[in-house]
Amino acid sequence: MSLAIDLDGVSFAYRAGQNVLESVDLEIGEGEFVAIAGPNGGGKTTLVRIVLGLERPSEGTASLYGEPAHRFSRRRTLGYLAQRSELGGDAPATVREVVSAGRLAAGGLLGPLRRRDRELVTGAIERVGLGDVADTPVRTLSGGMQQRAFIAKALAGEPSILVLDEPTTGVDAESQESLASLLARLHSELGATILYVSHEFGAVEHFVERLVLVRRTIVFDGSPQALPGVWHDPSHAHA
Amino acid sequence: MLELEFMRLALGAGAVVGVLAPAVGFFLVQRRQSLVGDGIGHVAFAGVAAGILLDVSPILTALVAALLGGVAIEFLRSKGGTAGDQALALVFYTGIAAGVVLVSAAGALNVDLFQYLFGSILTVTRTDLAIIAALGAVGLATVGLLYRPLAGIVVDEEGARVAGVPIGALNVTVAALAAVTVALSMRVVGILLVAALMVLPVSAASRIAWSMRSAFLLSIAVGLVSVLTGLTISYYADLPPGGTIVLVAAGAFCLAFAAGTLRGR
Repeated sequence: MSLAIDLDGVSFAYRAGQNVLESVDLEIGEGEFVAIAGPNGGGKTTLVRIVLGLERPSEGTASLYGEPAHRFSRRRTLGYLAQRSELGGDAPATVREVVSAGRLAAGGLLGPLRRRDRELVTGAIERVGLGDVADTPVRTLSGGMQQRAFIAKALAGEPSILVLDEPTTGVDAESQESLASLLARLHSELGATILYVSHEFGAVEHFVERLVLVRRTIVFDGSPQALPGVWHDPSHAHA
Repeated sequence: MLELEFMRLALGAGAVVGVLAPAVGFFLVQRRQSLVGDGIGHVAFAGVAAGILLDVSPILTALVAALLGGVAIEFLRSKGGTAGDQALALVFYTGIAAGVVLVSAAGALNVDLFQYLFGSILTVTRTDLAIIAALGAVGLATVGLLYRPLAGIVVDEEGARVAGVPIGALNVTVAALAAVTVALSMRVVGILLVAALMVLPVSAASRIAWSMRSAFLLSIAVGLVSVLTGLTISYYADLPPGGTIVLVAAGAFCLAFAAGTLRGR
């Protein structure tokens, strides 16, 4: 299995002397479904931003498929669902319009979408189960359905790496479960590398192959089943 | 009314601005940058003053100043680490202060200046109309060509950035389009009201639209109808055109707000 993501000795500080991440070593193979968990403020989002090349490490190196992450040449193959993804602006963008935005990088910037792009958009909408509400404004849908629309947007770009940062924020427990099973299904169907970042990992614990706990550095990396019982205690995670 | 050439020219120039201003303003409003047009207008004021002082076409100097102001706002916002509203405030006050100083130096606190502050659409010449139409066509074609990426950034800027969409270049393009719009709109509604035509039709349309594309097209329709209705009312009621146009646009917003509220019940 070739490496999709490789962090080697990565440290990062927004202010000198205050490391948010310290000596992080993380290798993620192509096609892995990995949950990255840890307490709020533990450095998860910073780690994701470094993986995506949005921040550069203060020390160490971050690579995607062997290239420096910040200069990665195939950025169009990166799908990203940002923390608290929500629609900007007042205009009532429909599910189809949101998902179409996922074809921006891959489908070319100028002019209208081509037929293949439109088919991929429709396919992504169907895949997340929003076919019946494709032309409905996203804002009128439940939190769980809105997240599905943004996941479909990421899928429409045919990503080889899909990163979801706190995708269940503001989503009820039932929707969290269905979101997790949707991701598991997408993973088996698409074979993309998936990074699921959350302050709690309950919803995906049964689906992911690997769990990485981050608290400034990596404090656990392995199968969720191998996780020491004490880590399941939320009070520990926030200690 | 249409038998008078100055009204035909006014309606022609007004129609171009009525379409272009909301088409460009749409992307500013949707990205919570409604006041960018106002900020650029303040800088354009300094440009007008410089034109009067240097005895060069004030529209030309306003266009140059507006372009510089628009790019400066975008640069300060994205690269300078300055919060968006502070970047805007910096450009606002620098522009108006420079304008006051230049106007004073030119000894031009007179009718000439007022026609740029409050608009003078009834004095539009055939040459003015040709310039407004040509620049307006370029602006609209650019918006049409870039509609999809600009709408995509409204939907999810961070996701687009990760996927390698050139956000910075697109933002600078919007700032430049806003500057051209401000410079063209000066004659129609004046510097002080220019941003209203970029914002009010969009706000109105967003309340009654059923999709992003419909909001974009409705914005343009509201802008066009506001300008043509406002000009007609101002002709028959002998009211100032710029102010009347903006009041009609504000009325359209109130109607759309009421319609949107009723629909939501």
